[in-house]
Amino acid sequence: MGINRREFIRIAGLSTLFGLGGAKAAWELLRPGQVEAALQAIPTPLAAKRWAMVVDMRKLDEATAQQCIEACHRIHNVPNFRSPVKPEDKVTPAEAQRWEIKWIWTDPFHNAFPGAHQETMVMSERVHHMQFLLLCNHCNNPPCVRVCPTKATFQRSDGIVMMDMHRCIGCRYCMAGCPFSARSFNWRDPRPYIHKTYPDYPTREPGMVEKCDFCSKLLAKGELPACVVASKGALTFGDLNDEKSPVREVLKANFTIRRKPHLGTNPQVYYIV
Amino acid sequence: MLEYALVGTRRYFMLLGALLVLILVGAYFYFQQLQYGLGYTTGLGRDVSWGFYIAQLTYLVGVAASAVMVVLPYYLHDYKAFGRITILGEFLAVAAVLMCLIFVIVDLGRPDRLANIIKYPTPNSVLFWDMIVLNTYLFLNIIIGWVVLESERNQVKPPNWVKPLIILSIPWAPSIHTVTAFLYSGLPGRGFWLTAIMAPRFLSSAFAAGPSLLILLALLVRKYTKFDPGREQIQSLAKIVTYAILINVFFFFCEVFTVFYSQIPDHMLHFQYLFSGLQGKGWLVPWMWFAIGGMTVAALLMVSPRIRRNETTLALVCGLIIVTTYIDKGLGLMTGGFVPNPLERVVEYKPTLPELLITLGVYGIGFLVLTILFKVAVSVKEEIRA
Amino acid sequence: MADYKNEFGWFAERPGVEKKVYNKFPVLIGLVAFVILATAPLWLNAGRDVPPPQPSLDTPAIQKLTQQERQCVLPLSEIRATHMQLLITWRDQVVRTGEGTQVPSPRVWTSPDGRKFVPSLTNTCLGCHSNKAEFCDQCHNYVAVVPNCWGCHLQEPATAGQVAQAEVK
Repeated sequence: MGINRREFIRIAGLSTLFGLGGAKAAWELLRPGQVEAALQAIPTPLAAKRWAMVVDMRKLDEATAQQCIEACHRIHNVPNFRSPVKPEDKVTPAEAQRWEIKWIWTDPFHNAFPGAHQETMVMSERVHHMQFLLLCNHCNNPPCVRVCPTKATFQRSDGIVMMDMHRCIGCRYCMAGCPFSARSFNWRDPRPYIHKTYPDYPTREPGMVEKCDFCSKLLAKGELPACVVASKGALTFGDLNDEKSPVREVLKANFTIRRKPHLGTNPQVYYIV
Repeated sequence: MLEYALVGTRRYFMLLGALLVLILVGAYFYFQQLQYGLGYTTGLGRDVSWGFYIAQLTYLVGVAASAVMVVLPYYLHDYKAFGRITILGEFLAVAAVLMCLIFVIVDLGRPDRLANIIKYPTPNSVLFWDMIVLNTYLFLNIIIGWVVLESERNQVKPPNWVKPLIILSIPWAPSIHTVTAFLYSGLPGRGFWLTAIMAPRFLSSAFAAGPSLLILLALLVRKYTKFDPGREQIQSLAKIVTYAILINVFFFFCEVFTVFYSQIPDHMLHFQYLFSGLQGKGWLVPWMWFAIGGMTVAALLMVSPRIRRNETTLALVCGLIIVTTYIDKGLGLMTGGFVPNPLERVVEYKPTLPELLITLGVYGIGFLVLTILFKVAVSVKEEIRA
Repeated sequence: MADYKNEFGWFAERPGVEKKVYNKFPVLIGLVAFVILATAPLWLNAGRDVPPPQPSLDTPAIQKLTQQERQCVLPLSEIRATHMQLLITWRDQVVRTGEGTQVPSPRVWTSPDGRKFVPSLTNTCLGCHSNKAEFCDQCHNYVAVVPNCWGCHLQEPATAGQVAQAEVK
């Protein structure tokens, strides 16, 4: 990621402060009776004017895609209805499909980019068998935000479409409004279907909608989203408004397609096929 | 005037008792839903996230709006004959809107957070406006109906302040289901609903179904009470139903033409799912053909004055209209919008038994309110005619 | 009906009618039943002794802190009275207003006396107070308050047992 003058001065200033503060911390650490406190430095959050992601399908194979999905679902406590913690909570396959919660998943081309009509289109074999990694596109003109009656889903100034689980009334209007089927609803209590809860993120109660939030908590800690980290370079994430960001470089160098651009939602996940 | 509802025949109290049983059964399953989540009681899922409950809301909002069809001729155009039955139309609207609001609450995932719509008003959301117009319409009709009925009982003219409310309720009625139609017709991702004719279709099916229900209720009132709504009134209502159902069938064929002549797959797929099945799935196909076929037959039958004048055949055709518009505007509209899903996959939706019982419970509440209000209205009418 | 007020004041509207109580027996039964039900909490709990709540600060995390470090994110009287408002402030910061442009970070909340903490119910609050049943629930159960946080927010902090001191320097 490129760095401009303001960023440099800010980081330099913070480092100085830590340097000065570090002496104090060292003194307190070495003082007798002092505890080995897990002192953390203030993480520098990642900021942007418009976050975007580029999925390079040439570099993304199915195994890596599954790792991205697993990373995301693990750190967000997304339940898996096909594998209950206790056997008596088992559900039928039809119910597991109905109640499925997925923030990121794979689908073949004619589901990811529908309307192309498989039967009438002669397609390259490579793309025909590709499993596209799909997630919320964090559109710049999101219909889901437009229809939410409580602003429980809202667009931040950095472009991320966030979910406020505390405010959602579960009307599911946003699910009807999303043209990409990116949102899931908690039809029942998810906890019996989460094997290992991740402590830094809550679970959800039945009755609210959830979706990918571009790992806003990790961004606040200065880290990239989990799927990007797990993707072995196939996913690029960055600030579309910053000319020197990696996404701009990738977009300049490659032709990309987006899902259903004609609907005007302005999706911010680009695909290199 | 509520004391009129506390006395009645044995049949009246048995009706109330039966409705109460329905309500209690629905309430039991609703408590299960509150405790365990919507997945426990409904057949809804990630792909079809609105189903039977919202289908009822969509249908009933049209029935509620149909009150304007008796209010408008009487108050704006001085069609004196409708003076006898405006109160029946208004009270039907009250019961229908009440059911609409209860269906919204029943469908919510977190009804305990209902106040959030008021705490955080969002004018860009159609659901916000839907809440406002539905609640206002409910209060409008309660106040207007009650005040006018009470003045009638005391044999005085209604007070002057109720006149502007009545005039307001006339444009308000089409607005309630225009707003409900806008819930659907503004979503870019749902090709089945993304049509300008959604609001007009709502209007036409409302003005067919609502007055049909009113005709049936008027015939029941004539049969079981001493109040006769009047033959002329029922005939006028029948004429309204005829034109509305003809327009409704015409609108449907307009939709079919646009979709199938343009051959755009995104729009065609939903019609194909509803009327011929898609990817091997299509449990709604016979229902949809019955709905459209029945509606067309009913429209053609209503054209004939002989069928309209004979009140038995009229009742039968009105019943057919109610059933067919219910299927078309209810589950047909809902499921068609969600299937196939935006990824062009067919995931079907079938309501479950608890879902149907909760729905019946809400209908029980609506019909209980309707019975009580009608009892009051009819008792007053009987009294002043005596 | 010129003068309808008689010796009972406004009750009798028509003086010629004999006053009679209808359905005396069911009415009395109903009244008695209502009074019994309405006062039930009083006589059902008569003589019961409920001890006042005794929240316990005995957790591994707190034991490891020195005396002067044993200070919550806010002073005791404030935190006792306003912990719910504080959590809502934290919630709004993390979920609604917190973005990368926030200074110093959406993951940092500064207390009135200048100390910095990560705004997290599970990891900051429960990091020290890992004994929810002996601490939080003591007072909550006593006043019959059921906070609905725990349906979503986990009760196991990130580094349970260790010093999950989320204080940020």
